[in-house]
Amino acid sequence: MIHDTNHKAAHHAEAHHEEMSFWRKYIFSTDHKVIGIQYGLTALCFLFFGFCLVMMMRWQLAYPGQPMPWIGKWLGESRMPGGVMAPEFYNQLGAMHGTIMVFLGIVPLAVGAFGNYIVPLQIGAQDMAFPKLNMSSYWVYFVGGVVMLASFFVPEGAAQSGWTSYAPLSVIATPAKSLFRGQTMWLIGMVFLITSSLLGSVNFITTIIQLRAKGLTFMRLPFFVWAQLVTAFLLLLAFPPLEAAGVMQLMDRVAGTSFFLPSGLVVSGRAWPASGGGNALLWQHLFWFLAHPEVYVLILPGMGIVGEVIANNTRKPLWGYTSLVWAVMILGFLSFIVWAHHMFLTGMGTAISTFFQTTTMIISIPSIVILTALILSLWGGSIRFTVPMLFALAFLPMFGIGGLTGLPLGLATSDIYLHDTYYVIGHFHYVVAPGTIFAMFAGIYYWYPKVTGRKLNDTLGRIHFWGSLLFINGIFMPMFIQGMAGVSRRLYDGGTSYLHAQHVLGLNKMMSVSAWCLALFQIPFILNFFWHMWAGRKAEENPWDATTLEWATPTPPPHGNFATVPTVYRNPYEYSLPGSETHKDFYPQWEPDHVAKARA
Amino acid sequence: MSAIEIPYTVEERPDTGLYNAKLGVWLFLASEVMLFGALFSTYVLLRVGADRWEHGADILNVPLATINTMVLIASSVTMVMSWASLQVKNFARFKLFMGLTFLCGLCFLVIKYFEYSAKFEHGLWPSTSTFMAIYFTMTGLHGLHVIGGMIVNGYLWGPGAKMWKTEPHRFTNRVEVAGLYWHFVDLVWIFLFPTLYLLPGK
Repeated sequence: MIHDTNHKAAHHAEAHHEEMSFWRKYIFSTDHKVIGIQYGLTALCFLFFGFCLVMMMRWQLAYPGQPMPWIGKWLGESRMPGGVMAPEFYNQLGAMHGTIMVFLGIVPLAVGAFGNYIVPLQIGAQDMAFPKLNMSSYWVYFVGGVVMLASFFVPEGAAQSGWTSYAPLSVIATPAKSLFRGQTMWLIGMVFLITSSLLGSVNFITTIIQLRAKGLTFMRLPFFVWAQLVTAFLLLLAFPPLEAAGVMQLMDRVAGTSFFLPSGLVVSGRAWPASGGGNALLWQHLFWFLAHPEVYVLILPGMGIVGEVIANNTRKPLWGYTSLVWAVMILGFLSFIVWAHHMFLTGMGTAISTFFQTTTMIISIPSIVILTALILSLWGGSIRFTVPMLFALAFLPMFGIGGLTGLPLGLATSDIYLHDTYYVIGHFHYVVAPGTIFAMFAGIYYWYPKVTGRKLNDTLGRIHFWGSLLFINGIFMPMFIQGMAGVSRRLYDGGTSYLHAQHVLGLNKMMSVSAWCLALFQIPFILNFFWHMWAGRKAEENPWDATTLEWATPTPPPHGNFATVPTVYRNPYEYSLPGSETHKDFYPQWEPDHVAKARA
Repeated sequence: MSAIEIPYTVEERPDTGLYNAKLGVWLFLASEVMLFGALFSTYVLLRVGADRWEHGADILNVPLATINTMVLIASSVTMVMSWASLQVKNFARFKLFMGLTFLCGLCFLVIKYFEYSAKFEHGLWPSTSTFMAIYFTMTGLHGLHVIGGMIVNGYLWGPGAKMWKTEPHRFTNRVEVAGLYWHFVDLVWIFLFPTLYLLPGK
């Protein structure tokens, strides 16, 4: 019944849509769904580009000093003299891989795309609270991305000082005062990206607090919405200090100030021409004050997606919903007071180290609560092994490995040994790559039918999943071994010139081949994704028999989403309740008791 | 552009007691607090670590800055008056007070311009010392915020004021939200003035 009225509204909205020009409808749209798709496609392109950068690095690590086949010639003599990667270019690839993956890939995909598309639907809203702000947020992000990409083509290339841009290295790199230098453009690009996420987070929080449908109390919100709400607070409060730091580094590079340059700095045997009196550690503090909460920005939306997919595919309410909500809030709060565990080796003092290692150990508790609740949600469920569920299931052990390997890094004593080795790279990639990215894939496979109105091919999805799972572990598992052998993360030759690295050098080839195979196994996904947008079987309104509000809309949802603003009658995951029949084992949030009972 | 009506753009949502833009601007101000908080933290950290530190009054123009403080405080008062005028439906008085707010902002910037050019004439640049670097960065960022506020206020005084005829309640909300931002910009200066101009050196 509700679907009939929705259809009428859909036709009405379509008729209305045709009046809008192509530009207003698809390019400068204020519809949260179009903006979500824009974010999603842009972010997927950046993720692929960032992956390409690291695949080139992996050639240099596996076969140091050997000319790169095919690609080496295209990139020019300045980057690849004789087809061999120049050290400066290797550094550019490393810095830009991190920057692109974190700021242009994962965050825009997790927050910009999934948050934008799904959150208003799940809370029963017609759009975001500030649609025009939403549009500008995407376009500011786009400009930031263009600035970052353009920096590859300025004299001396893109930023070379790591994604963390530690001072004073970043200040003295390619020291010309021109704005068209890699590091300067990196800073300008970051100012755009920070502004974009500020606009976005104001919008998300206002939308979730103000536009919830009638009856949708906070403790009835889907877990994904909670994850997005906490994420938005982290972006809102953690990013501005990096903006301040970025402005100061920009002043250091362009106006000749010394915020991050200590007195008496000598570079290549010559005194550096600046007043001095600055503090290099200040940059690290401001950077990590953002970048540690940023880690939770990367993982929380992923956890939210996994929660949705697990509840839907176990046909059970999430285990410990209330604990999950509290854990996410506590995690968000604590993430602001752990940042200096990235700085144990800077000599900031044992008292400070003790404080930060203590808070770091404490923050593992809410993380474990979340992981435990998600795993216990499987207990006793009648699990459907759909493609989204496979990715969500793989997320649990992968994130678990990433989290547990972080504990030795959070303790100052063991961190002194492991700091800046491949162990660290392995640790955070387990959290973000087979962790977050797998959760993102789960989300894509789960919501694709709603967004496009078409179904993805199951077999291609399974090939994509198993290939990715195998080879992503092939990349990151050996990093723990190399790291514990003491191989530094920043070596241009992958450790070839170091005696202590000799017995683990062979792993470099294994990791590189795994990376390239991982790329091959993305082909089924790309085919599946684009081909079935048009060729896929039509999806019905609620193909997964789900309970949350996004499935109450027509497929795909029209401009304005709902025909009548829905009313919410129950908790988000009422699956397999006593009294419900097995073929219709769920009570959707939008169905009043008598309708649900009559249907069951 | 569309038939979509976003709820609570004008009226308050009963259970939160807020309309959307008011919550939005408070969130925005929270992030601004973090931005300037990072800059003030920088001031503290660099000052504590420095061997010597200039006394602001020795190189900066305290009388001009005092006048500027008064100008900004006055502008906050006129901002409230313009909003209050709308609440009693007196549009002419709104125009007067909003115009005065804009002029106060302009006056602040002109005085700031004279201060800056005097510094440059004496060869004091951001690169001269850590103190000057912080002075120019913080007052410069604050100045950008003043310019941003003036653009908003100028819009509400000029072309944006048309909304008063069609949606008076919504227009009053806009002025309130712009006012909240303007008070924040004012408040930042209230912290900047003693920190940069009055605190003794070492």
